[in-house]
Amino acid sequence: MNPSTHSSRPSLASLAKRREIVLLVLIVALLAAVGARAPVFLTPSSLADVLTDTAILLMLACGQMAVILTRGIDLSVASNMAFTGMCTALLSKYHPELPIVVTLALAPLIGFCLGAINGALIAWVKIPPIVVTLGTLSAYRGMIFVLSGGASVVTHEFSRPYLDFPRQTLFGVPALLWIAALVCAGMAVFLTLARTGRSLYAVGGNPLAARYVGIGIERCQFLVYCLSGTIAGLCGYLWVSRYAIAFTEVAFGYELTVIAACVIGGVSVAGGIGTVSGCLLGGLFLGIIGNALPVIQVSPFWQMAISGLVILCAVIVNSRGEARKGKLILRDRSPSEPQIRPETA
Amino acid sequence: MTSLRYEVADRKRPAALDFWLRWEVLLLVLLAAVMVVNSRLSPWFLDYYNLMDSTFNFSEKAIMALAMTLIIVTRDIDLSVASIIALASVLMGLAAQAGAGIPLLVVIGLATGLLAGLANGLIITRFQIPAIVVTIGTMSLFRGIAYVVLGDTAITAYPAGFSWFGQSYLMWSIPFEFALFLGLTAVFGFVLHFTTTGRRIFAIGNNPTAARFSGIPVDRYRLALFALNGLIAGLAAILLTSRIGSTRPNIAAGWELEVITMVVLGGVSIVGGSGTISGVFIAVFVLGMMTFGLSLMNVPGIVMSVFVGTLLIASIAVPILIRRALRR
Repeated sequence: MNPSTHSSRPSLASLAKRREIVLLVLIVALLAAVGARAPVFLTPSSLADVLTDTAILLMLACGQMAVILTRGIDLSVASNMAFTGMCTALLSKYHPELPIVVTLALAPLIGFCLGAINGALIAWVKIPPIVVTLGTLSAYRGMIFVLSGGASVVTHEFSRPYLDFPRQTLFGVPALLWIAALVCAGMAVFLTLARTGRSLYAVGGNPLAARYVGIGIERCQFLVYCLSGTIAGLCGYLWVSRYAIAFTEVAFGYELTVIAACVIGGVSVAGGIGTVSGCLLGGLFLGIIGNALPVIQVSPFWQMAISGLVILCAVIVNSRGEARKGKLILRDRSPSEPQIRPETA
Repeated sequence: MTSLRYEVADRKRPAALDFWLRWEVLLLVLLAAVMVVNSRLSPWFLDYYNLMDSTFNFSEKAIMALAMTLIIVTRDIDLSVASIIALASVLMGLAAQAGAGIPLLVVIGLATGLLAGLANGLIITRFQIPAIVVTIGTMSLFRGIAYVVLGDTAITAYPAGFSWFGQSYLMWSIPFEFALFLGLTAVFGFVLHFTTTGRRIFAIGNNPTAARFSGIPVDRYRLALFALNGLIAGLAAILLTSRIGSTRPNIAAGWELEVITMVVLGGVSIVGGSGTISGVFIAVFVLGMMTFGLSLMNVPGIVMSVFVGTLLIASIAVPILIRRALRR
C-alpha cells in the first residue's frame, strides 16, 4: 500500500478503487503461486469450476453487503438458505411434476418472507440487527428439522429438472453462473444508479443526515433485509440442487464466510462503504483459496485457518485505509461527535 | 476509595431502577412459567438430583456469559470464544498425549485462553478495528488451527484424575462446575456493580469518548476485558474437555452465539452501557431450564433452537411493543 495516502483522507471513490486494485493484484498473485505449483489449476475448465463453486458465495455477499451498508448485519442468511433449500427439495420430492419455474419463483419468495421478518423487526420494532438475526439464525435452522422431521432429501429423490436446471448451459456457460451474473449486475446497477440504492449509502454513512434530507431509514432497512433474504432463498435452491442433498445442517456457519467475503472486499462494518466489485473480489479470493488447497495437496483442514488469517490481514489493511473511527456495534450517533483518539491526547 | 476529592454523579436512580426491575421481573416470571410448564409436562422435572445434574449442560456456557457480559457492556463483542475453547482443548490434548500432569494441563488451558484473548484485544485496540470483524477472523483462525492439528481425529488420552473438573460433585450433590459458576457470578456481580472498575466499564459502554476525556484508559480496559474473556474461555475449555473426556476440532461449535443469547436475554443492551449480572444470571436459568424441560420431553436439540431464537427476539420485542402501546 502506498504509505503517502495514509495521512490524507482519500475520497470514498479512490479508496474503493485502490482496494479493488490491491485485491485484484493479490488474486492474480495467488493464482500465479498456485499455478506455479500445479499448472492444472490454471486451465480454463478448472478456473470455470472455481467460478461455479464460488457463484453462490458471490450472490450472498452482494446481498450481505447491502445490509452492512446500512450499518446492519444479517447472520440468518445461511439458515434462510438451508430452510428454503429444504422447502424446494421437499416440493421436488413430493410433487416432481411441478415445472421448474415454480421452484425458481418459490425459492426467492420464501427467502423474501424470511428476510421480511428480519426487516420488520429491525426497522419498525427497532431491535438491533445482530440480535434479531442471531435469533432467526437459530429459529430458521430449527424449523428445517421441524419441516423435514430430521430426514434428508438425497440425490435420487429429486426430480430431474430440479437437479438439471442450474447445470444447463447457454453459450457454454451454466445457468448457475448466468443467475449469479444477473444478480450481481442487478445489485451493482441498483447500488450505483438507483436513487434508493444510493440512499443506502447515506443511511449507513450518516443516518442523521439521511433523515434530514428525507430518506426513509426504516424503509431502507426493511428493503435490504428483504433483498438479502430473497437472494438467500434463491441461493438455497441453487445450493441444494448443486450438491444434490438437502439436510438440516446445510451451509452451517456459512453466514460468517459471507461476511468474511464482504470484509475482505473492503465493505466497512461501520456502514456506508462498499462496492459490489470489491465484494465479488473478496468472495473470489476465498473461493480460490478453498479450491486451490486440494490442488496443491494441502490438507483442506488448512482452509479455515487460512481464511481466518486472510480476514485479519484484510481488516488490518482496511483499518489503515479507513479514516473513520470503527464502531463496535451499530449505533446511531451525532455526526459532531469527536474521534476517540483526538490528536491532542 | 474513601478519600475521593470529588464524586462522580450517580446513575439516574428512578429511571434506571424502573427498567432494571421490569427486566428482572419479566425474566423471573418467565422462569417461573418455564418451571411450572415443565413440571406439569414431566414428572421427573422437579427432582432435586435431576435439576442439579441438568446444570452440567449449561454451566460452562454460563461462566462464559459472565465475561461476555462485561465485553458487551463496553460495546464490544467476542465471537471467537468457542474457537478459543477448541484451541485450548487441542493444546491440552497434545500436552496430555505427551504425558503432562493435571496441573500443567490446567495451566496450558488457562494460558492459551489468556493469550488468545490478548491477541483479540491487541488487534482490536491497536488498529481500532470493530471487535465483531476481528473476532470473526480469529474465530476462524483459532478453530482453523484446531482443525489443522487434529484433522478428523480426536484426542482422548487424558489422565484419569482430569475428569474431576467436569464430573465431580461438591457435598455429594452440587456439581463443581455449577458451584464455580455461582462463585464467579458473585465475583463478577461485585466487580461490575460495586467497584469503580465496574462503574468505569459502564462509562466506557455509555460513551467511550466521554470516558476517555474523563481519564479512563478506555483501550487498556478493553484489552484487559478481552484477555479476561479469553481466560474464562480457557477455563470453560478445561471444564468441557474434562466433562466429555475428549477433544475434537468441532468441540463447542456454535457456542459463541448461545453465550451471546444468554447475555442479551439477560437484558444487557447489545449497544453497550447497560445490563446487570443478575439479569444474566436469571437468563442462564431460563434458557437452561427450558432446554432441560424440552430434552425431558425428547425434543431434539435443533428444535430447541427454534424456542431459544424465538425467546430471544420475543423477550426484547414484547417490552418494546408494550411500552410503545402504553405511550399511545
